[in-house]
Amino acid sequence: MIRGAITRRGFLGVGAAAGGGLLIGFDLLGCGGKRPAAPATGGATEAAGAAATTAAPGGPPADLNAWIRIAPDDTITFLVHESEMGQGVLTSFAVILGEELRPDWNKGIQAEHAPANRALYGHQVTGGSTSVRGNFDRLRAAGAAAREMLIAAAARRFGVDPGECRADAGEVVCERTGQRARYGELAAEAAALEAPAEPPLTEPEAFRVIGKGMARLDTPAKTDGTAVFGLDVRLPGMKFAQVARCPVFGGAVRSFDDSRAKAVPGVRKVVQVPSGVAVIADHTWAAMKGVEALEIEWDERGNGAMSSGSIRAACRRALRKAAVARAEGDVAKALRAAGRGRVIEAEYEVPFLAHAPMEPLGATARVADGRCEVWAATQAPGPSQEAAAKVTGLPLDKVTIHTTMLGGGFGRRAQTDFVAEAVHVAMAAGAPVQVVWSREDDVRGGYYRPMSLSRLAAALGKDGMPVAWRHEIASPSLLKQFGPLERGLDRTALEGAESLPYAIPSLKVSYADVDVPITLWFWRSVGASQNAFVTECFLDELAARGKKDPVELRRALLAGKERHLRVLDLVARKSGWGTPLPRGRGRGIALFESFGSVVGQVAEVSVEDGKVRVHRVVCAIDCGPVILPDAVRAQMDSGVAFGLSAALHGEITIEKGRAAQGNFDDYKVVRMRDMPVVETHVVEVPPGGELGGVGEPGVPPIAPAVCNAIFALTGKRIRRLPIRLT
Amino acid sequence: MPTYRIVVNGQAREVEAPPDMPLLWVLRDLLSMCGTKFGCGIAQCRACTVHLGGEAVPSCQIAVEDVGDRPVTTIEGEADARVAALKRAWMAEEVPQCGYCQPGQIMAAAALLAETPAPSDEQIDRAMKNICRCGTYARIRKAIHRAAGEVGR
Repeated sequence: MIRGAITRRGFLGVGAAAGGGLLIGFDLLGCGGKRPAAPATGGATEAAGAAATTAAPGGPPADLNAWIRIAPDDTITFLVHESEMGQGVLTSFAVILGEELRPDWNKGIQAEHAPANRALYGHQVTGGSTSVRGNFDRLRAAGAAAREMLIAAAARRFGVDPGECRADAGEVVCERTGQRARYGELAAEAAALEAPAEPPLTEPEAFRVIGKGMARLDTPAKTDGTAVFGLDVRLPGMKFAQVARCPVFGGAVRSFDDSRAKAVPGVRKVVQVPSGVAVIADHTWAAMKGVEALEIEWDERGNGAMSSGSIRAACRRALRKAAVARAEGDVAKALRAAGRGRVIEAEYEVPFLAHAPMEPLGATARVADGRCEVWAATQAPGPSQEAAAKVTGLPLDKVTIHTTMLGGGFGRRAQTDFVAEAVHVAMAAGAPVQVVWSREDDVRGGYYRPMSLSRLAAALGKDGMPVAWRHEIASPSLLKQFGPLERGLDRTALEGAESLPYAIPSLKVSYADVDVPITLWFWRSVGASQNAFVTECFLDELAARGKKDPVELRRALLAGKERHLRVLDLVARKSGWGTPLPRGRGRGIALFESFGSVVGQVAEVSVEDGKVRVHRVVCAIDCGPVILPDAVRAQMDSGVAFGLSAALHGEITIEKGRAAQGNFDDYKVVRMRDMPVVETHVVEVPPGGELGGVGEPGVPPIAPAVCNAIFALTGKRIRRLPIRLT
Repeated sequence: MPTYRIVVNGQAREVEAPPDMPLLWVLRDLLSMCGTKFGCGIAQCRACTVHLGGEAVPSCQIAVEDVGDRPVTTIEGEADARVAALKRAWMAEEVPQCGYCQPGQIMAAAALLAETPAPSDEQIDRAMKNICRCGTYARIRKAIHRAAGEVGR
């Protein structure tokens, strides 16, 4: 894969012939026909920029490999096969590729989404906080290979040995002869050369860009309104559609009457698609009115009585037959031996959650002339391509996926349901169609973070230290949609619980699946979002019962775990742990490892008018060597905001088989006035070490840190999210 | 369908639309001005914030028939000095993550600065009701202070 992507030439030609690579040259100059500000960044916007460079004097741009395109005017375009959803991946790819390529950073650097292409990029899904750590090595190699090819092309041109040339700041120079050539002049010749098998790599100690940071490439277009998101795509002759989907999970259309819908001015067509009934119209407003006017009889498939209560009861029943994921020592014996007063039991629960990205779901599709094109804010260009091929019956190479900017993703956009649906609607429409989900469609549409119920028991020794820990989890399995569970265990539901880092002599962790007709999906930090709350709050209960300081207890139980200890010490020191707080404030800590990084957070809270207010969050992270320092800080802000929204407000409850919430009025999220000050401290590690993730690990610790602070302040334990004080 | 004449960013535009069609969809679907974003449709998220007669409003709640002769200013408008200063401040503070809510945030901030040229943190918190799911709030606040300083000079 690595060699293939680096050595593959003529990618542009192949892509263009197949309709990929460069987009069409019409009407995608950003909405309103306005050209994007240079540097163009991301999604369909840059199609215009790239098309412009194609037409530039000096011939077409050359692709040196799957990630690097250089135009004769020296414009360098980094093709990014991961999706930009706010985490800064367009910029981090540019930094990693550019570290080795050594361009002139002051001019003509741009980054754009690459099309879906399994042969070049492999499994093309952005998730699991893997974009940087999963691609770092091959991107460095690709940057270095391109640099060596430019050097080789220059050496040929100069009639000198490549060893006499060096590349930097966008040009190749031969010191001895004084000859020099710009990358743009050399690119076409370089692209025709063989890629070196093992290009020399810069030593991590000598990195000039990695770890130092640069201005984000997508900021200009995201500031002036020209960035093209999924719903901003405009094609000639396109229609807009909305889809009425069964409000009861697992249900389907039995029959429908569209006469009133068709009478809505602007409505063109009403069609049944697998996901429901689609109203196709001249504009989104008519489609919305059309959906309202539909009369549909739903087949609830027997799910109309399901409720949060019935699912909770099913979880409690399921615990009886939980499968063991981890067992050490003899928990049952230790619990029996501990005796009264030294056994602690608790039940914890977290709800279903919708992702609610800022940009509602939707996609634009055109199916015509034996080809299918999709424009979508997707985290999964690869699976989207496969889904569109399946719907249309077209081979993969006739399906092009254009990834636009993503107005948030949080995992939801790694599903392909909304892409497949748009393709179905476009086929029925016989015209390009943009399907626009309403916010209610999004919040009620399933693919939720599963609810999870935990039953815990622990025993303390005479010294107050934990000697036994039993954690039983019941949660509808997210993984079983991909195949049968191995040994009955869903590893996402066990995330962080199974790998509890604390040295407790007897330990048992088990899991039970619960069948629900609700679609489930990955939600930023996945099982860690459930289990960090459970394990870190329960540990706090043990600390209180054993009369231990929560930081000291963790330190004692983490002996030998150097990364955890460094983060623990850093967050304790920076937060002033143990120092007096103003009256009315409480402080709580949580520490959690996920996605290759360890994050500790200390929250300071008060309770005002019965409401929790989080004032300050001190965050420490060990994510290994840092690529973009500012992106790490931004992602910690973001993780806290996302996790705090869930902790304070987030809850999808099920009533009569349906989601009870629908929009931001009843599915509330954190706003500016609720946002605490977040102070992030990054553990400094030597360069060259293993990279950790950054997009998700900031989420899990915030709920337990806040709940533990509430306990410190009020003595009240929060064992069910969202937080309710009464 | 009736025809409406509205003024957007200083330009007179004619649109054929049902009377109850929200300004949001007029901008996005009829005029292809997509800088103004759809987020909720019920004035909760304020991603669709534009200026109507100088006031920040959620364009999802303004029917095209009610626009009248009040000028509409969107993120694409370049004449407003406060909007321009805010865009510069947004760049300097590297505010956006996913970026989707930012046009609405900037338009809300511009209306705040028009009324309160040097707002305190509390005034910013009260005025800025826009949702950002990425949690860029702290940087938004800093950028508003920065722009206020620039406009005030």
